[in-house]
Amino acid sequence: MVPLASCRKAGEPATFLREHRERKSEGTEPVRFMDRPAFGRLLAELARRGYAVIGPTLRGGAIVLDHVEGLEDLPRGLGSRHGPGVYSLLRRDDDRLFGQAPGPDSAKRFLFPPRERLATVSRPGGRLTVDRAADGEPPRYAFVGLRACDLQAVLIQDRVFLGGPYRDEPYEARRDGAFFLAANCTDPGQTCFCTSTGTGPWCRAGFDVAVTEIDGGMVAEVGTAEGREVLDAAGAREASPDEIAASDRAVRQAADRIDRRPDLRGIGEVLYRNAGNPVWDEIAERCLACGNCTAVCPTCFCHDVVDTASITGQEAERSREWASCFSEEFTHVAGGSPIRASGASRYRQWLTHKFASWRDQFGVPGCVGCGRCVTWCPAGIDILEVLAAIRARDGERDHDERHRTAVR
Amino acid sequence: MSAAIAMERLEPAPERPPADVGLPLRVATIRRVVPETPDTSTYWLTLADPAERARFRFEPGQFDMLTVPGVGESAISISSDPAHPERLAHTVRAVGRVTRALGALGSGDRIGLRGPFGRPWPMAEAEGGDLLIVAGGLGLAPVRPAIFRAMRARDRYRRVVVLIGARGPEHLLFGGEFDGWGQWMRDRELEVALSVDVPTDDWPYGVGVVTTLFDGARIEPQRTTALVCGPEIMMCFAAHDLVVRGMSPDRIHVCIERNMQCGVRLCGHCQLGPLFVCSDGPVFPFGEVVDHLEAGR
Repeated sequence: MVPLASCRKAGEPATFLREHRERKSEGTEPVRFMDRPAFGRLLAELARRGYAVIGPTLRGGAIVLDHVEGLEDLPRGLGSRHGPGVYSLLRRDDDRLFGQAPGPDSAKRFLFPPRERLATVSRPGGRLTVDRAADGEPPRYAFVGLRACDLQAVLIQDRVFLGGPYRDEPYEARRDGAFFLAANCTDPGQTCFCTSTGTGPWCRAGFDVAVTEIDGGMVAEVGTAEGREVLDAAGAREASPDEIAASDRAVRQAADRIDRRPDLRGIGEVLYRNAGNPVWDEIAERCLACGNCTAVCPTCFCHDVVDTASITGQEAERSREWASCFSEEFTHVAGGSPIRASGASRYRQWLTHKFASWRDQFGVPGCVGCGRCVTWCPAGIDILEVLAAIRARDGERDHDERHRTAVR
Repeated sequence: MSAAIAMERLEPAPERPPADVGLPLRVATIRRVVPETPDTSTYWLTLADPAERARFRFEPGQFDMLTVPGVGESAISISSDPAHPERLAHTVRAVGRVTRALGALGSGDRIGLRGPFGRPWPMAEAEGGDLLIVAGGLGLAPVRPAIFRAMRARDRYRRVVVLIGARGPEHLLFGGEFDGWGQWMRDRELEVALSVDVPTDDWPYGVGVVTTLFDGARIEPQRTTALVCGPEIMMCFAAHDLVVRGMSPDRIHVCIERNMQCGVRLCGHCQLGPLFVCSDGPVFPFGEVVDHLEAGR
């Protein structure tokens, strides 16, 4: 697969990735170290700069992303266990803050919220007007602790919302104002496979600061000038060679622990030519079409455009809401049946989009190897097993497909 | 209740950036509603803002998103003459929430309009050769601007053949103007043939699906460009038939209908393989989409 780290297309405007650079592109930039109090000061500095600080926090038995006021809101000493349809937290024997793999939330929920008003129709003084929805300034988020996979997911959504002929202004406003304090992954989950998608565990691009948590604190790399300012304000000192070596070791060990190594070579072509493979029907037998996978996927961008009228009829508004290609209504055409009426066709669409057509549309695949769709699948369907089955049974055709070919 | 909103005056806020992602939502006035068939009417619209009205241009095959405020938005092909973009016809079958709400509106009512969207029919590419236009049912509406365009630039094409199919005579679109329109076409050496699946006793033309008209159309595959529009199954049969007759799949163009919600390749609903039908289409060379259509994507 194309390594996602080089996510920037030639000729894209320089602001596209907000001057995010490749790791260690500035040879002279010192690596820094923050002990726990300094890291707390860094969070305070972000808040002082007017950011809404968003980080991992414990809620309802899961690590979610939400507003964090300070160190005490971060999940201390918590690990996580992941499997197909399995997620649980466990107590670690240390007090690490970023000792878990990502929970169900990603930056998507903030940069591309689940529901968003686009326009309002109202009639002040009896005269109807169409108005865009913007309520004051867009929020400025500082994301704390995003792992490499989620950072890459943001860069992929940039391509979706900003890279085409139509720029998505609401997304752009939130995206441009955001600060990213990323965390190199030291504790991958058992469903993770970022080493195969080329998206982790190291944060390579798209951050202002990237930290690696080691015993006693955080080793920090500078990504942008603002990142350096924030580190200065927090009193981050230069890291010692031992600390740098410990951070490299921690992430390398994380990479070694990721034992899911799918064969993704040419997977797009394999999927395209297997639209009629019986594997899709077999998966559809298990798939509940609940849409959990699309909701937790950090790159899934499909949405409905919905108009609603107020109860008085004085106002109407247009919103967009996350949609899932697993719903039957997704391909509804007025006066006809849905284009993708079967569960098999909808599962095939989702997976083929992620690994094949996404690449054709945006230049990179839509999967960052975070494993969320496996962890939060209530039926425990593992996309890597599906991909492997398709590859193993490459060329098999179901009855309908043979029939279609005959017609042709 | 929601339809009542559309009855009110709908004015855009002056000097504001686009009201929506993608093309801005404009206000349009319904000037006339012409019933076509029991469930289909043609809505003649003009943009409320004179400057926007003067600026608006569209190409044959493009579509607009029409908004009934508080109800929703629907993608509708423009069915009128592109030489007169100041008045826009949209031929609508009342089968969905939005199109039924539209049915409650009439002359003088205001609605929202975004557009035009999409890749048009390849009118320039077809110049110098024969133009074969094949329409089934409501599919006549999106190719009607192409017929107007061909009539106005008649000398740029050799033969222009229009084959129209419908379920029955009562389902033929543009019936009110059909005799005059047909005569106009014949005067300009357009060849027109009609066929219906279920004829009435006095139906004087062909009987059967529209592809039964191919035999009499004297198609010369090497110099013909085909514009095919109708239900997907009809387009696939017609296109395969034309391929069998020797036409290249790349010179057969079809107009694909999908669930289009944003019109600007962001909402994801209209995907066909890697294609966003709303902006990569809705018009495609058959060769570009045949694999995706037949894979059921």
